[in-house]
Amino acid sequence: MITARYHREIPQRYRLEAGKCTKCGYVAFPPRLVCPKCNTKKFKPIVLKDEGKIITYTVIRVGPDKFSKETPYAIGIIELNDKLRLTAQIAGVVDFDKLKIGQKVKLVFRKIQDDGKAGIHMYGYKAVLV
Amino acid sequence: MRDVVVIGAGMTKFGELWGKSIKDIFVEAALKAIEDAGVKQIDSMYVGAMSSGLFVGQEHLGAVMADYLGVTPIPATHVESACASGGVSFRQAYLEVASGASDIVLAGGVEKMTDGADVTEALATAADQEYEVYQGVTFPGLYAMIAHAHMKEFGTTRKQLAAVAVKNHRNGAKNPNAQFRSDITIDQVLNATMVSDPFGLLDCSPVSDGAAAVIVTTMEIAKKLKKKPIKVIASAQASDTIALHSRPSITTLGSVVNAAKKAYKMAGLKPSDIDLCEVHDCFTIAEIVVSEDLGFFKKGEGGKAAEKGLTAIGGKIPINTSGGLKSKGHPVGATGIAQIIELYEQLNGKAGDRQVKGARIGMAQNMGGSGASCVIHILEGGK
Repeated sequence: MITARYHREIPQRYRLEAGKCTKCGYVAFPPRLVCPKCNTKKFKPIVLKDEGKIITYTVIRVGPDKFSKETPYAIGIIELNDKLRLTAQIAGVVDFDKLKIGQKVKLVFRKIQDDGKAGIHMYGYKAVLV
Repeated sequence: MRDVVVIGAGMTKFGELWGKSIKDIFVEAALKAIEDAGVKQIDSMYVGAMSSGLFVGQEHLGAVMADYLGVTPIPATHVESACASGGVSFRQAYLEVASGASDIVLAGGVEKMTDGADVTEALATAADQEYEVYQGVTFPGLYAMIAHAHMKEFGTTRKQLAAVAVKNHRNGAKNPNAQFRSDITIDQVLNATMVSDPFGLLDCSPVSDGAAAVIVTTMEIAKKLKKKPIKVIASAQASDTIALHSRPSITTLGSVVNAAKKAYKMAGLKPSDIDLCEVHDCFTIAEIVVSEDLGFFKKGEGGKAAEKGLTAIGGKIPINTSGGLKSKGHPVGATGIAQIIELYEQLNGKAGDRQVKGARIGMAQNMGGSGASCVIHILEGGK
């Protein structure tokens, strides 16, 4: 991944920056130019709170080449307490059989991948059980 | 709008076609379709392919295939809509003939997935790159998350998922073009190597090479050629959020619901009028969710229906008589056209051992990504 592409996602990946529609209150993560609910084009920046729960999950045992050394790893759809959902790895799970829908999680800052060619480490959020 | 009919079909065998190139297989399918239709020339063509740029490093497939098929300078267009590329290619051909812009159009689809690419990574480009794939999600992973949510919400079991794979293999065993022509058991599905919980290998459609093509034309031309007209009575397409996590429900595919609504309205039909249906069973849960979202079963009842045999040949609504993506194979760009070909054979009464008795109305449901796009066609056989 070229550095510019990585760099422009930093506000979302490092700080969970989202956009809130000034008319209907829809929260867009990542920020968008057009509100999918009411088509308004005005947003104000907000920062999401980092706690939520698992809506659904899976344990990936066959991954793309980039992640193949990390398998098996858990990944889930997380609903944050402000109702917004995102996809994140669920880190630090010792026993995958004990993972459950509804479990509470917190988003933490972690390394996500490495880029072999450009040599940059890429960071972002992962969920951990609380 | 003019009445549009299908008058010819051709496909390669689906599977690991290591001896042939992407050009070879597309031309093979296209020539068969042209010969089957008995037409002397085509006015225009569409090539559905999901990601030939990543799979074989070749884009610009419209021109590439027109060149190798020997039909330049006719217009030739590459259509991409992830795994729905074939269905959308058919829809474009339908619209072109219906509008009067062309009289005879070839709708094709192709994918060559075994030429050395990282298939998991290439397929994942149909999901949200920045907010799903970046985190390490795969396509089996996305559908596995749909499966876990469906199991939690409706009590769907792994055995019910497995019943889909077993049924589709039973049908595929009777399809000479299928990649896997063997029966499998529930136990084999349950005990297969895990790919992405709760899916084992046999819950997943395979990596395949293959091409398929059909000839689309007007009712008048079909009559002149003395062809039994298989009429397109509905063509509908819908979209949804690219990211699975952005949807209000993880267990309903909005694009399928919306495309189905339009298709039923256009044809003036309801789910119980459909005699057979080819659905996009890229993973076992997909067939279950789609069979609900198309209105064949109540929400949450799709798993039980599969287990009870309601979707088998001879059941309430035979689904994936061809073997589906699971057994027939899933060369992504070709899948939507192969579904149309199964309907074409069934409605012509030429589906051999897997023939649905008295089949008159067939539906094909083809989707891309984790359901961000869906295209549905309903075909009616002539009397």
